[in-house]
Amino acid sequence: MSSEGNYYVPEQSKLPIFCATAMGLMAFGAASWVIEGGDAKIFLVGLALMTVVMYKWWSLVIDENMQGLVSPQLKHSYVLGMLWFIFSEVMFFAAFFGALFYVRVLVNAWIGGEAAVALFDSTPTAAAAANNEILWPGYERQWPVMQTPDQAVNGDSAMFKGPDRSMSLPLWEYPVSQWLSKLYTLLPWLPLWNTVILLTSSFTVHLAHTGLKEGKRDVFLRYLGITVMLGFLFLCLQVAEYYEAYAHYGLTLKSGIYGTTFFMLTGFHGAHVTLGTAMLLIQFIRGLKGQFSSDDHFGFEAASWYWHFVDVVWLGLFLVVYIFG
Amino acid sequence: MMIGAPDMALPRMNNLSFWILPFAFAILVSTLFMEGGGPNFGWTFYAPLSTTFAPDSVNYFIFAVHIMGASSIMGSINIIATIMNMRAPGMTYMKMPLFVWTWLITAFLLVAVMPVLAGAVTMMLMDINFGTSFFNAAGGGDPVLFQHVFWFFGHPEVYIIILPAFGVVSQIIPTFSRKPLFGYSSMVYATAAIAFLSFVVWAHHMFTVGMPIAGELYFMYATMLIAVPTGVKVFNWITTMYRGALTFETPMLFSIAFVILFTFGGFTGLMLSVAAADIQYHDTYFVVAHFHYVMVAGAVFSGTAAVYYWLPKWCGKMYNETMGKIQFWIAFIAFNITFMPQHFLGLAGMPRRYADYGLQFADWNMVSSIGAFMYGGAQLLFLFNVVRTITHGQPVSDAKVWEGAEGLEWLVATPAPYHTFIKPPVMSVGGEGPEWRVDAPAPAMAFKMAPEAG
Repeated sequence: MSSEGNYYVPEQSKLPIFCATAMGLMAFGAASWVIEGGDAKIFLVGLALMTVVMYKWWSLVIDENMQGLVSPQLKHSYVLGMLWFIFSEVMFFAAFFGALFYVRVLVNAWIGGEAAVALFDSTPTAAAAANNEILWPGYERQWPVMQTPDQAVNGDSAMFKGPDRSMSLPLWEYPVSQWLSKLYTLLPWLPLWNTVILLTSSFTVHLAHTGLKEGKRDVFLRYLGITVMLGFLFLCLQVAEYYEAYAHYGLTLKSGIYGTTFFMLTGFHGAHVTLGTAMLLIQFIRGLKGQFSSDDHFGFEAASWYWHFVDVVWLGLFLVVYIFG
Repeated sequence: MMIGAPDMALPRMNNLSFWILPFAFAILVSTLFMEGGGPNFGWTFYAPLSTTFAPDSVNYFIFAVHIMGASSIMGSINIIATIMNMRAPGMTYMKMPLFVWTWLITAFLLVAVMPVLAGAVTMMLMDINFGTSFFNAAGGGDPVLFQHVFWFFGHPEVYIIILPAFGVVSQIIPTFSRKPLFGYSSMVYATAAIAFLSFVVWAHHMFTVGMPIAGELYFMYATMLIAVPTGVKVFNWITTMYRGALTFETPMLFSIAFVILFTFGGFTGLMLSVAAADIQYHDTYFVVAHFHYVMVAGAVFSGTAAVYYWLPKWCGKMYNETMGKIQFWIAFIAFNITFMPQHFLGLAGMPRRYADYGLQFADWNMVSSIGAFMYGGAQLLFLFNVVRTITHGQPVSDAKVWEGAEGLEWLVATPAPYHTFIKPPVMSVGGEGPEWRVDAPAPAMAFKMAPEAG
């Protein structure tokens, strides 16, 4: 609710219309780019304009804040804006997780000729079996999908060919009794290291926050710097993992639904890590310039919330894409 | 203006979400002139029609949807932040005008489902250009997955259209009944309940795709549940009018027509929700009639009502009441001539989405067409009335244009000054309901612009 006294309304600005122009160019340019024979020129022009606009816009907001123009009420609006933005991101990931569960639990069973969940799925087994026989004979229910329905029917001439290896927990290849002695197979398993890195970075960003609140600038900068480096390290490992997948596992975007869900989920997460790292890096530079005080540092706080969100998404991915992948 | 704020919480972002739209629409329109033609797969763009068999222009469609989605999300976040943060001191949530409530809930729905639509078109993009198999069973995906993701967005989307309409009607009916809205809190809870249910009923659009019986049953019962909060609302509107001092100005006429026609459309909705029966009705003109009764009578009638109701406040001039009433009666009669026969056509088996139809359907189609032209004429009259009001209307200077109107927007000058509330209005709690005192807005604002709509 509003405080006493006058409202603060920022002065008018032309930035929004430039920003919209940039978005329009980027959208049109991206579409022209993906069409066969297209190029990225328009997209790049849009991107350049967008970069300038974002720099100007945030500089303006930071300047206004430094001048003390921003009322506590407006600051609270920023907080609400960030929180609801993160909520919209949650829903974006929900769409892809939802697609994964739907395909994995239901579709995979149905085209394999089985009932999906015995309790709820009353599709008669005979009907499901017929479904399989007519449409995709020879396909068996499996996850990860190593042999696509296309391959089951068309063999080597199939358009979608399953991967040679999946990214799942290496231990699944062994019976449970051998797990202890096979623990070493986890050492070269990159997702595990990436989990450790991201969890640590969530912790260090929290330490940076605490340091900032207590007014310890050196603690803040040190831990924020470490966080940014961990984020960067994560991205490097992910690039290595993708290289491995394409070069040695036969696992690509085109290798059926497993490759599709694997790359789309981890890819969008990676894009968000990139964004989060960039946000934190900017906050680090702002920190070096001394733009934060112990009670006024929302730019950093928003970035750190985003970082924690990205971390939580990773935990979900680690569970359903890697461990139980 | 209805909550005593000077502007949106984040005015520049508001501006941005507006300016994105012309660019997005320009991209969409440009597809019409492209090689291979524009997107040719209907508004529901089901895969594989929109993926495997789509023209190249589908890529422009996808990215236009992306930036429109960004616009909607930013706009909605702004609405939520404004309502949560900018209410006048003393205006608790349960004292907000109902129109504000419906917008808060609508904005929440938008923030929740627009990213899902973005996800759906992204999956399309990947399937078309990068060889993924979300919607291709050959790779282990499923075209029906598209319908699930799409309708998870699509069903809340129709409530996004209708909830603000509920809000409008809930403002107008009390005004012209000269009584407070009956059952304010139950209205709020009913709106929230409808919003919640909208997330869990999406597959009633897909009764014929071959879901397991358990799925059909669940979506059938969940859909029927929506009738309960909707019934609460209709009951409240009618009870508000009961024993009120009614007058029938144009906004009120449209609002009453809204209640009648929307209820009628709601009943055909109940018929459609019965999974076993829907298999017969699916994709027939019966469905077309149903959603025009809820959407046209719902969104367009209430939108028209809203324009007539607030137009004097926006521009300081009164519209021509006689012309408004004539427009109403033409619109009301023409609407029914257009869409009522479509129920019969649908029940007789005329399918949707064909350019042609069997001879036996010709008679009712002709009736329907006549109605449609009449209805279009009524809309032209509406446009003429609005434009004429702005150019030649009788000036009004009363702050309170309508005798029975309640709310902050009726306490400030007409037309409302730019950035209406420089200081928050002050509330004094009187005997019945809140009473507001608005200090005359300081004339110090240097801006010279047309007054903004609240």
